[in-house]
Amino acid sequence: MSINELQDEIIEEFELFEEDWEGKYEYIIDLGKKLSPLAEEFKTEDNIIKGCQSVVWLNAKYENGLVIFEGDSQAIIVKGLVNMLLKVLTNHTPTEILNADLYFIDKIGLTSHLAQTRSNGLASMVKQMKTYALAYQSLEK
Amino acid sequence: MKLDINKIRQDFPILEQSINGKKLVYFDNAATTQKPTVVIEALKSYYEGYNANIHRGIHHLAEKATAAFEETRKTVRAFLNAKTTEEIIFTCGTTDSINLVANSYGQKFISEGDEILISTLEHHSDIVPWQMLCEGKGCILKIIPINDAGEIILEEYEKLLSPKTKLVSVVHVSNALGTINPIKTIIDKAHAFGAKVLVDGAQACSHIDIDVQALDADFYALSAHKLFGPTGLGVLYGKKELLVTMPPYRGGGEMIKEVTFEKTTYADLPYKFEAGTPNIADVVAFKFALDYIQNLGKTNIAAHENELLAYATEKLGAIEGLTIIGTAKEKVSVISFILEGIHPQDIGIILDQQGIAVRTGHHCTQPLMQRLGIPGTARASFSVYNTFEEIDALVAGILKVKKLLS
Repeated sequence: MSINELQDEIIEEFELFEEDWEGKYEYIIDLGKKLSPLAEEFKTEDNIIKGCQSVVWLNAKYENGLVIFEGDSQAIIVKGLVNMLLKVLTNHTPTEILNADLYFIDKIGLTSHLAQTRSNGLASMVKQMKTYALAYQSLEK
Repeated sequence: MKLDINKIRQDFPILEQSINGKKLVYFDNAATTQKPTVVIEALKSYYEGYNANIHRGIHHLAEKATAAFEETRKTVRAFLNAKTTEEIIFTCGTTDSINLVANSYGQKFISEGDEILISTLEHHSDIVPWQMLCEGKGCILKIIPINDAGEIILEEYEKLLSPKTKLVSVVHVSNALGTINPIKTIIDKAHAFGAKVLVDGAQACSHIDIDVQALDADFYALSAHKLFGPTGLGVLYGKKELLVTMPPYRGGGEMIKEVTFEKTTYADLPYKFEAGTPNIADVVAFKFALDYIQNLGKTNIAAHENELLAYATEKLGAIEGLTIIGTAKEKVSVISFILEGIHPQDIGIILDQQGIAVRTGHHCTQPLMQRLGIPGTARASFSVYNTFEEIDALVAGILKVKKLLS
C-alpha cells in the first residue's frame, strides 16, 4: 500500500471514535502495547530522539531499495503514536518518504502530540525519518 | 479568617472554561499561577490610559507611568520587608535574577579555587548559571545532598562549608517536591564562614511570608508570574551594601549617569542594574497582584493550601500503586507522584483528556530526578483558588489513568 493509502486506513479506523476520547486512547495504548520492543542493541545513544518527557528510539536500515524503520518509547501513548508513524513510513523508498505529507495526524485529532513543543520527541522523530530517507536517497538507482 | 474560595474563583476568569468537554481543573500552579481580573485590568488601563517611557519624560503620561512603576517597587519592598527600595531590582524573572548575581557578583568576587554550594533540589536555573561561572573562573561547584524524603541533610551541608565557600545558592521551596528548606539555618551557617547566600524564592513567595531582613538573606530572587502577576517579570532583592559594590551586568540606557566616548559613569541603585526600557506595563500590574495577595492575607492563603495538601496527600496516598515523591516534613501545596508501571507522560496525557492540568516530566530538575532514580513525576500543585472537589476529580482522573494504562 502507498503511504497515503496507509494514512487513509488509519483515518478510517479513528472515525469510529469521533467523540469517544477513551476509545481513541485505548486504541493508541493498544498500538503501543502491540509494537514489539526494539532490541536492546539498537537502544543506543545515537538512536535516541530526545524529547523533554519521554525517550523515543528510532533505528533505520536500507534493504532492497526500501527503508525499514523500527522504533520504541518509554511512554506507552507515545509508543502507540510511534507505531502509527512506523506503519505509515516503513517499507517505502527514500523518495516516497521524503515526499510524504503526513496529513493523518491532523485528521485523527492528534496534532498536539506532534506540535513543536518540548513535550515529546515525535516531531523530531518525523524529521529524523526524513533525514534517514534523504541519506538513503543517494543510494537509490 | 476562612476564605470564600468560590468568591475567589470568580476573580480568575480563566478558570471558567472547559477543556476537552470537561471543567478545567488547573493544578499546574507551581509552573505559573493564573491572573486575577485586577491584574488583567491594570495591564489594560496602563496601555489605554498612560503608556509612556518612564524616568526621562517630562510630560504628564511619563510622570504618571513613572509614579506607577515606582509604586510597585515600594510594594515589593514591603512584601519582602527590604530596608529600602534601592534594594529592589526588577528583572525578567528568577532565572534572570540569578544570572545577574552570577555575572555581577560572581565575576567580581568569586575567583579560581573558590567554592559555590548549591543543593540537589535546585532547578536548572540555579545550577547552570553557576556552572557557567565556574567554567569561566575555575571556581568549584559543590552539591549539598538530600535524604530520600527530599530534605537537605544539614550535617552534610555543614561539612561542605569552609573558608573557601564564597556563595551558597539554594532554593527556598523545591519546585519539584514542595520541600520547604530551613533557609534561616542555611543562611546563618553560611554567614559563619563569611559566605553570601542567594535564595531562589520562585516557589516560596506565593506560599510563605518572606522577610529578607529576618532571614538575613544576601540575595532573594522571585518571579511575578508565580504570584498571580504577569509573566516575564522578576525581582532581585540584594542587600544594599553588596549591590553598591557590584558592577553593572548589562549596559545601555537608564543605567547610566553620564556617557562620553571616553568613559561612562553609572546610575545609582537600583537603576544601575536596570538597563534599557523596562517591562513597564507588567511592573505596574504586578502591584495589583501583590495587593490582591495582601488583601486575602498570606496566612489565610497558606491555611487553605495546607488543607488542600493534607486532603490530597490522604486521597492520593490511598490509591494503590501510587507513590508520593517528596515527603518532607515541611512542604508547600505540591504533590509529585508516580504510578507503578506507568510513564509520567502517559499520566499527563490522560489527565489532560479529562480537563486536568498537571505538570509531568523532570520539572527542570534533572539532577534531582537522577538522585531519586526516576525519569520524572506527575506533579499537582495547588493554589488558593483550588477546591477539594477538584482534588476528587484528580483522584477519579488518576483511577481512569490506571484503568486505561494498566
